[in-house]
Amino acid sequence: MYDVVIIGAGVSGCAVARELARYQLNICVAEKEEDVCCGTSKANSAIVHAGFDAESGSLMARLNVEGNEMMEGLSRELDFPFRRNGSLVICLREEEKPELETLYQRGLKNGVKGLRIIGREELNTLEPNSSDEAIGALYAPTGGIVCPFAMNFAFAENAAENGVKFQFDTKVTGFQRTDNDWIIQTNQGELKSRYVVNAAGVYADKIHNMVSPKKLHITPRRGEYCLLDRSAEGFVKHTIFQLPGKFGKGVLITPTIHGNTLIGPTAEDIGDREGTNTTRAGLEELMSRAGNTVKGIPLREIITSFAGLRAHEDGHEFCIGEAEGAPGFIDCAGIESPGLTAAPAIGKLVAEIIRKLEHPLENPDFTGTRKGILDPKTLSKEQHAALIQEHPAYGNIVCRCEMITEGEILDAVHRPLGAKSLDGVKRRTRAGMGRCQGGFCSPKVMEILAEERKLEYSEITKSGGKSQIIVGTNKDRL
Amino acid sequence: MEVRELICIGCPMGCPLKVELVQGQALKVTGNNCGRGEAYAKKEVSHPARIVTSSVKVEGGTQKVVSVKTKEDIPKEKIFDVIKCLKDIKVQAPVHIGDVVVRNAAGTGVDIVATRTVTTGP
Amino acid sequence: MLKYEIVIVGGGPAGLAAAIAAKEHGAASILVLERDGELGGILNQCIHNGFGLHTFKEELTGPEYAARFIDRLFQAGITYKLNTMVMDISADKVVTAINREDGMIEIHARAVILAMGCRERSRGALNIPGFRPAGVFSAGTAQRLVNIEGCLPGRKIVILGSGDIGLIMARRMALEGARVQVVAELLPYSSGLKRNIVQCLDDFGIPLKLRHTVVNIHGKKRVEGVTIAQVDERQKPISGSEIYYECDTLLLSCGLIPENELSKTLGVQLNPVTSGPLVNECLETSVEGIFACGNVLHVHDLVDFVSQEAAAAGTYAASYIKNSTGHEKSRDIPISAESGVRYTVPNTVHPQRMEEKLTVRFRVGDVYKNCYVSVYVDEKRLIHRKKQVMAPGEMEEVILNKEELEAYPGMSKITVKLEED
Repeated sequence: MYDVVIIGAGVSGCAVARELARYQLNICVAEKEEDVCCGTSKANSAIVHAGFDAESGSLMARLNVEGNEMMEGLSRELDFPFRRNGSLVICLREEEKPELETLYQRGLKNGVKGLRIIGREELNTLEPNSSDEAIGALYAPTGGIVCPFAMNFAFAENAAENGVKFQFDTKVTGFQRTDNDWIIQTNQGELKSRYVVNAAGVYADKIHNMVSPKKLHITPRRGEYCLLDRSAEGFVKHTIFQLPGKFGKGVLITPTIHGNTLIGPTAEDIGDREGTNTTRAGLEELMSRAGNTVKGIPLREIITSFAGLRAHEDGHEFCIGEAEGAPGFIDCAGIESPGLTAAPAIGKLVAEIIRKLEHPLENPDFTGTRKGILDPKTLSKEQHAALIQEHPAYGNIVCRCEMITEGEILDAVHRPLGAKSLDGVKRRTRAGMGRCQGGFCSPKVMEILAEERKLEYSEITKSGGKSQIIVGTNKDRL
Repeated sequence: MEVRELICIGCPMGCPLKVELVQGQALKVTGNNCGRGEAYAKKEVSHPARIVTSSVKVEGGTQKVVSVKTKEDIPKEKIFDVIKCLKDIKVQAPVHIGDVVVRNAAGTGVDIVATRTVTTGP
Repeated sequence: MLKYEIVIVGGGPAGLAAAIAAKEHGAASILVLERDGELGGILNQCIHNGFGLHTFKEELTGPEYAARFIDRLFQAGITYKLNTMVMDISADKVVTAINREDGMIEIHARAVILAMGCRERSRGALNIPGFRPAGVFSAGTAQRLVNIEGCLPGRKIVILGSGDIGLIMARRMALEGARVQVVAELLPYSSGLKRNIVQCLDDFGIPLKLRHTVVNIHGKKRVEGVTIAQVDERQKPISGSEIYYECDTLLLSCGLIPENELSKTLGVQLNPVTSGPLVNECLETSVEGIFACGNVLHVHDLVDFVSQEAAAAGTYAASYIKNSTGHEKSRDIPISAESGVRYTVPNTVHPQRMEEKLTVRFRVGDVYKNCYVSVYVDEKRLIHRKKQVMAPGEMEEVILNKEELEAYPGMSKITVKLEED
């Protein structure tokens, strides 16, 4: 019997879990995948929006600005990488200048700090590679970049350290309401809980519609991206948007917190909620549109492409609150961009809703800080040398492209909610995220997983489920 | 007279060979740049043969498997018979380059030898 | 700080040959740094035969070829460290490396030889659309899994790219019991050796589809199939030509990229065509005392040539530390690759300094039949040699003679190009 069951271990669900862990509540996060951060949270622009985009007065706008403001403190408390690199909305045509002004005014109304419209000259200083056609830009110094995986893991691990249970490979199939409780039916049996938080991403409408007569509708909106190698680091320093105009919502180009350059997303409404495949049309569109705002993108440095699904609700607004006709069932639905930015504020808001309903006692043992995986690259040579002496595994480089040591991988496997698969190791440590895309390190990571998790090679997966890396042994069917 | 065209596999040059055949017997080979080409062509039209390489399991060694090869080329049609005879072979470390792993593999008269050294280990 | 005359980054075929040659030519203290757990590099997983015909006049497998060099390295008493990753090389030749036992090591070298090898072009770099399931491997990764780990990465295989590793892996997978359905190649010709088409594909009845590429990868968790389509002259897929192959594995053999991240941080100038360093005839890079050889310099098809080139680099590095004077760069004559010749190695030559003969290796950009390889000194043609067939997959060479070059003291440029007659 739980007090709260949260459906979905994405960034919203985990932020809620971590906030609720401040109280004396028995909490469980049910996730259909094998790990934290497997849906929308893992495939997005990884940016912290300043907050000028969302319609003034909307929940989206409010939580965006709040989340943005919380990010710095949170990144220190929970030890995940975040940096305010600033963002620029580039205007390419004189006739579109009024739209830049509109965006500026909206930003002011939304409470975005430090917003300025800048001219060609200042733009050139900020971004020497900006397009020659650019005539000016909206500059938002509060815009930032974050590691979306690290942020999601930080919330989850901190929640777990404070007693929240996580149940993976658990897919919700239905609900029953008893007098005061919800019985949540899953492929792994039933869970019983006073409250349910629906943070099911692109499935949040399906989950909601199981209990509420007032229906929600979410469309998976696919966004495709290309990622450039760190060798192109510095090509752009700010997150560069194109002014939404006759070309639709533009493709952005941004540095990532780890020094890669990210181009994307496209926007395509699709039917398949698992449709995270890239398409030829999508990738071609990126290639052709990426050059609108900047010149000379080193496209030969592309190391991977991927697609994510935004949970686009028909009203384009976050749907947060108790669902109609379903007491104790709290929606956290329609969390699309700027959902990553807003996540800390979403966590607070949902926790507050439950607090007001339940009046739980504070958890006196709550610890609000957590240490991330130690990255020896952040140490001085002397400190790294001392670390190797104490833990020799930090002297063994496993991923040569990102220079990830065995020590980091062991940490990723053994920490709370530790990695079980290659992708789990990759998202926690970056091993396999570099220019060779795991070509060299995946056999070595498999060896570590086999040893530490006591797995046969044939049991090791890329991402849980039926994603085994190898299918047998040599000559086994001869 | 029949003419068969072959690509020599004797070395990386891959010379295009022409073999003039009478009743399955090679009369004349052209296109080769060395003696190896002629020898290959004559063999290829009468009884083609290949060196086969694979690996077998090792126990008690620093490696899980040890690479092996047929010491000489074996008839092409016997390739899979030779491979199958390696299926259940397990050798004990240490293994040295040239150690015979299987004698007279699949009745070809050719031995299978290790092509690397595996020392004893964890 | 440790001190060595020569530090060699990489203990694969290039690093081994360079170390042995440097020792033979008088270098007293040499250290080889290898990131893997054993010497030999990629040869250890290349268990097929076909190596060493030039060097040893017999056909060896990869591990056997490596073993011969490793034995010579041991006999020469050359020092090496395994499981050691070089993190940084500074322009004043301080090499920083780490491993478990020594922790963080700093080594001061008088010369450094770069021999880091190359990596495979990944699925991401190829921009193949579709899902990202398990079962997409670069051919080399699959080769490691099969040949070193004894694991089968798949049972029904499609291979994209007919480079040698792809062809070799087609045969390896077939021999180990997998069904290789097709090898697709974007170009109108295979970039692999002809003999590998014969003995790896034809022998096993595996079809090769030229001018084809993978246009979609199906399967969310594990590969369930791939779609292959024909491409037009501009290498764009032709709509309507798609064929679906049910399979659980896609292997990629679509090119190799020299691993020059260390070189770049060091400030070594790279050739955008090869992605390898620009070098003079001593295989010295733009940074004095830093030499390069093997696949980090340019991708080779034959290990024998890697060994030859690396031996030259080792010899020159040894002579550099003996003379310990910098090379006079102003007298370097550029070697220009033109009309059909994509690049040359080396990129410059110093006629007074060079040995009696200099091998200039190059690749062509397309398939050429009955063409001439010409070498010009400024406007004067020195070499004009007919070749029946030249293909991008096969490295070519021309030999420059010191004596001949010295006859043109005022020359400004050497050109290697293809001519029709």
